[in-house]
Amino acid sequence: MTTTPTAPQHAPQISDAQLNPVARFIRATELDTRLLGMVGALLMIWLGFHLYGVLVTGNGVFLTPRNLWNLSVQTAVTGIMATGMVLVIITRNIDLSVGSIVGFTGMVMGILQVNILPQYLGLGHPMIWVITAITGLIVGALIGAFHGWLIAYRAIPSFIVTLGGLLVWRGAAFLTADGKTISPVDPTFALLGGGPYGAIGSTGSWIVGIIGCVAIIWILMRSRTARRKHQFALRPMWAEATLACLTCGALIGAVLVVNAYPWPIGIVKTYAAENGLTADPATIFISHGFAIPVLILAAVAIAMTILMTRTRFGRYVFAIGGNPEAAALAGINTRWMTLKIFALMGMLAGLAAVVASARLNSATNALGDLEELYVIASAVVGGTSLAGGVGTIYGAIIGTLVIQSLQTGMVLIGFGDGSYRKIVVGIALVLAVYLDILYRKKIK
Amino acid sequence: MANSGTPLVELRDISIAFGGIKAVDHVSIDLYAGEVVGLLGHNGAGKSTLIKCLSGAYKADSGQILINGKEVEIKNPRDARAENIETIYQTLALADNLDAASNLFLGRELVNPLGFVDDSAMEAETRKILARLNPNFRKFNVPVSALSGGQRQSVAIARAVYFNAKILIMDEPTAALGPQETQMVSELIQELKAQGLGIFLIEHDIHNVMKLCDRASVMKNGQLVGTVNVDEVTDEDILGMIILGKKPAKAA
Repeated sequence: MTTTPTAPQHAPQISDAQLNPVARFIRATELDTRLLGMVGALLMIWLGFHLYGVLVTGNGVFLTPRNLWNLSVQTAVTGIMATGMVLVIITRNIDLSVGSIVGFTGMVMGILQVNILPQYLGLGHPMIWVITAITGLIVGALIGAFHGWLIAYRAIPSFIVTLGGLLVWRGAAFLTADGKTISPVDPTFALLGGGPYGAIGSTGSWIVGIIGCVAIIWILMRSRTARRKHQFALRPMWAEATLACLTCGALIGAVLVVNAYPWPIGIVKTYAAENGLTADPATIFISHGFAIPVLILAAVAIAMTILMTRTRFGRYVFAIGGNPEAAALAGINTRWMTLKIFALMGMLAGLAAVVASARLNSATNALGDLEELYVIASAVVGGTSLAGGVGTIYGAIIGTLVIQSLQTGMVLIGFGDGSYRKIVVGIALVLAVYLDILYRKKIK
Repeated sequence: MANSGTPLVELRDISIAFGGIKAVDHVSIDLYAGEVVGLLGHNGAGKSTLIKCLSGAYKADSGQILINGKEVEIKNPRDARAENIETIYQTLALADNLDAASNLFLGRELVNPLGFVDDSAMEAETRKILARLNPNFRKFNVPVSALSGGQRQSVAIARAVYFNAKILIMDEPTAALGPQETQMVSELIQELKAQGLGIFLIEHDIHNVMKLCDRASVMKNGQLVGTVNVDEVTDEDILGMIILGKKPAKAA
């Protein structure tokens, strides 16, 4: 598999001694150079915006806990859908309807939780958010499955089906409530969108961080055991240790950042009053910790990565993208696979609608407008090839971060006008794909 | 060679048409265990189409397929695989973006008790089978698009051989190969034949046919010209059948 590199068993042509330390490091750790390149580009964007702030406006605000926390929340909606778009694009399809599906399922959930469920369960019933969210996922999945059926079993090109879907579901979103905005949503549901109460706090974040580190070390150890069992070449121990330190370090770093962002003073005052805290609110430091939408994105990313690299389903997605005819001759039901992929994409759009409407604390028919373009751009910037057969989940998430960072950064350095942001994101998309083409030529 | 008893495979009166053109027109051929039957004819004679009805890529419009004397229905490649029919396609049918192990096990992945694909186990098995077929094969961790024609062929052959096929279909297996690799495939065919497999071999090179096949069935314009025992005819006889559609006097 291209996504699970393992060391060649036989001696490399060039001995380690001839390589410079960086090349030796990359070979020993077997890190994807493309991944390193993307992370490097992301860090450069972050540093660039921060330094511009420091030097030009005298106020470096990009690399602050507050901005990074906001960036993480803003990445969630697009990122959740970008993971699904990877599968769609790998199998040589496209889904232009995801933004409209967000709008439609958002409206359905809004009406359900504000106008319908309270009548039967009572206002603020704890099951309202559960029923609403599950309904959103199901509605999204059904719409996606319908698109997939038209594409796979009626042989209509995906571009046409989902372009039609883009118009149909946006129109339907308007009709559900005659264009009215539904607000506010159920208070528990709103927590899924983040905000001070929609984050898990300092202790919770440490627990997540520690569980993550244990999982990273467990995965590295398991991979080593599997290699030893089949007598494949092992990574040198120092490389394993470096990998473990880097990944765990990044995770712990993220915990420290989100815990360094305190609740705003207004919220602290309300909280102190409600809980009978007598201390001066200005002296109380309550951390945000990881926002719930970020945890949702992380869970989606992990689940989708397992799906793509460790299951037959994922293997067949790659096979269909690489050679649809060969996949069919190998006994894979390619039409059923296509339907399932679009249903999954629809379900993720439903999940994105949950987060987006919760974050806005309202459902509007414009929710997710033009989002499909950013989702596709994120997947492509993250290395998903429109020719099919190539793409990774982590790439799509880094791609989302790159695009979101550019947008946020432009606002922070004072290019707040939306038109500049569009120009920069557009250029970045083309540039990223061009660099990727150059890179792929070079490694051939 | 004297074939008696029930054939391993019997294709009876197979017809298939595409948009009014009869690609295969009432063709019957059979294959016994431990036998190599060559399928010959011009490009477009219907050889590949006929054989795809057996491998499940196409479904015949009419006719019967019998395996060991029992009629079976082959609707898709999975049905064919269930009958221990393996195919090496002319195009090789490899997913270029996947590595050798993923291609070899495509559709039949090894999974661990949790149901997750076991890449290490598949790679280990792939190393074993390829060490036997092509000892020079080294590139286990790159997409097969990075392999040479011969190496790709090795992967396609390994896939057909690994799963204990009883019936093997080879569609021009040596078309893309150099002399040494062609020799390797010839030896493999002899070896598999000795193990009791039945092999359909689609082949253009008349010398390979004379060397490897026990019988040869010749097709022209979708119809069967005839089937001959290779050791009873000359290569001119077979060429006559291919070019003129004329059956020699001493036909089997």
